[in-house]
Amino acid sequence: MSRAQFEERLFGVLRWVVIAFLALITLAPFYYMLLLSVKPIDALLLDPGRLWVSAQEFTLSTYEEVLKPTAEGGQGFLGMLSNSALASLGAVVLTLLAAIPGSYAVSRLRFFGGRQLSALFLAVYLFPATLLAVPLFVMFAKIGLQGSIVGLAIVYIAQTVPVSVYMLRNYFATIPFSVEEAAALDGCSRLQTIRRVVLPLAAPSLMATALYIFMIAWNEFLFALLFLAATPENWTVSLGLQQLANGIEVSKTVLMAGSVVLTVPVVLLFLAAERLLTEGLTSGADKS
Amino acid sequence: MTHPTTTAPDGVPSPDASSADGAADGRSPRGAPGPGVTRRPLTASRRENRAGLAFVTPTVVVVGVVVVLPILWTVLLAFQNARLIDIQNMGLLGDWSLENFQSVFGSPGFWTSLWTTLLYTVGSTAGSIALGLVAALALRKPFRGRGLVRGSMLLPYVAPVVAVAFVWQIALSPQFGIVNEWGAKLLGWDDPVAFLSTRSYEVSLLGLDFELPLALLTVIAFETWRYFPFAFLFLLARLQAVPGSLEEAAKVDGAAPTQRFRHVLLPQLMPVVALLSVLRFIMEFNKFDDVYLLTGGGSGTDVVAVRVYNFLTARFDVGAAAAQALVLAVILMALLGLYFTFFGRKVQEDS
Repeated sequence: MSRAQFEERLFGVLRWVVIAFLALITLAPFYYMLLLSVKPIDALLLDPGRLWVSAQEFTLSTYEEVLKPTAEGGQGFLGMLSNSALASLGAVVLTLLAAIPGSYAVSRLRFFGGRQLSALFLAVYLFPATLLAVPLFVMFAKIGLQGSIVGLAIVYIAQTVPVSVYMLRNYFATIPFSVEEAAALDGCSRLQTIRRVVLPLAAPSLMATALYIFMIAWNEFLFALLFLAATPENWTVSLGLQQLANGIEVSKTVLMAGSVVLTVPVVLLFLAAERLLTEGLTSGADKS
Repeated sequence: MTHPTTTAPDGVPSPDASSADGAADGRSPRGAPGPGVTRRPLTASRRENRAGLAFVTPTVVVVGVVVVLPILWTVLLAFQNARLIDIQNMGLLGDWSLENFQSVFGSPGFWTSLWTTLLYTVGSTAGSIALGLVAALALRKPFRGRGLVRGSMLLPYVAPVVAVAFVWQIALSPQFGIVNEWGAKLLGWDDPVAFLSTRSYEVSLLGLDFELPLALLTVIAFETWRYFPFAFLFLLARLQAVPGSLEEAAKVDGAAPTQRFRHVLLPQLMPVVALLSVLRFIMEFNKFDDVYLLTGGGSGTDVVAVRVYNFLTARFDVGAAAAQALVLAVILMALLGLYFTFFGRKVQEDS
């Protein structure tokens, strides 16, 4: 058997081993999360290694405890879900408003300093979020936005603008110049061209970018911790979950129910738009 | 990229920036980069210039207010003796001193924490790219259910860090974690292993004793797991753009899969790998939440970002926190500067 034949066979088998291994490490933690969330804590402590839940044990009381408002003795995650949604949607709108004109300019127009600005938008990543947090914290305290969800949504711009500019810029670059020229010949001003021609064409990419911003904002933790820790009624789900784990003794199964509540919306959203999202994110990569 | 602050936040390009682009602009009428651009008279290009500046202004203003101004203020704070309580009433120009930097460089904890940050960053970057590459190669050819496997493989990246950090914490727990339970059952572990709170773990292999920084390795494993999908996505996209004829030719010549990978695929993938390395390195170097949620920065995982947070919230020492964050950013920029000087021409163009 030649080396080529031997390797062909070896990698033919190895490939399936790798695929099985990858499926295991990516799915198992989420199965584990789901499993623990429907078990009573005693069942977990008695037999920590068991991979299923029996019919008698199965319980949804963990979810009940997590979702019920605090006034009724629960953890109030329902309210936090709407806080998270509000902050994330706010971040999506604000970021797109800020990123669309800039990314159009750096991808389509030649102007003084254009390239340097393009680099500047990415250079934002060089600075640790903890570095931005201190002054933003003080600034927001001064203008009275501390502890508010609106303030949080504004802060998220710092995290989401660079990646949005990157994604949109790559997409704008693929729209042929001739389309815009045709619109210009028909008497459209540049602003009209963008609104009537470019943006509709870029709709899939705008969707992908919006989803990605939503994901970043929904999953964000540090800024929520710094800005909202003192105002429990405005907590996002991420922050609420962390505070729950840090606070008085809460059973691990309730913690897992909270994790499921936090994870499910963003995963559903992602699965619904997976193709769109991955294409939007990597559209710069396959052209390099 | 290494001098991001040379462009002022109010959108006025610095002198060197405008001259560099002026040169590029002078090239465009002759160089003919795109259709239409060449045919335009000079006034059109001037109009374009004005439109470009107009369009970019809102973005620059927003980035300036939310990012650049805070960074500049942090720089000022790093040179002041600032505490959170009195910062509200402090002027921008307080008493300047190098005290913060002296205490940062003077404390022994800073250097170990910097070393930890470096180990953590290199380990997580290399780990996630390596695993991402393996995954991309395995899922390259279509098979039944590939879409499903691919979708599931992106889960760690999509899921909120708070949730997955807690799952890992519980799964690795010495009391009721499934990993220790199965380790004892299947692998015959004598004692439960406290993965997230063991600073160094003794291992005997072939009669030699090793000390493993277990908590740090666990955190690196977590990062590898969480971010390999990111590398996987980019590498898979690039792999699928490799022309099939290249590989066919190598196959006809009798090249084995490893040879084809080494000589055909790898050269095609290198630009993406380089770009990913830079991106992941920057992200990991500044990483706070993953480490904070998993270990709280204990047991030899005290990366600088967590230290900054602790100075801020436990000691309310804004000056020292700002100084450390600044040192972190400067070191990162120096490393990137080195990288781009020696290897990075190609990456710079890509990004």
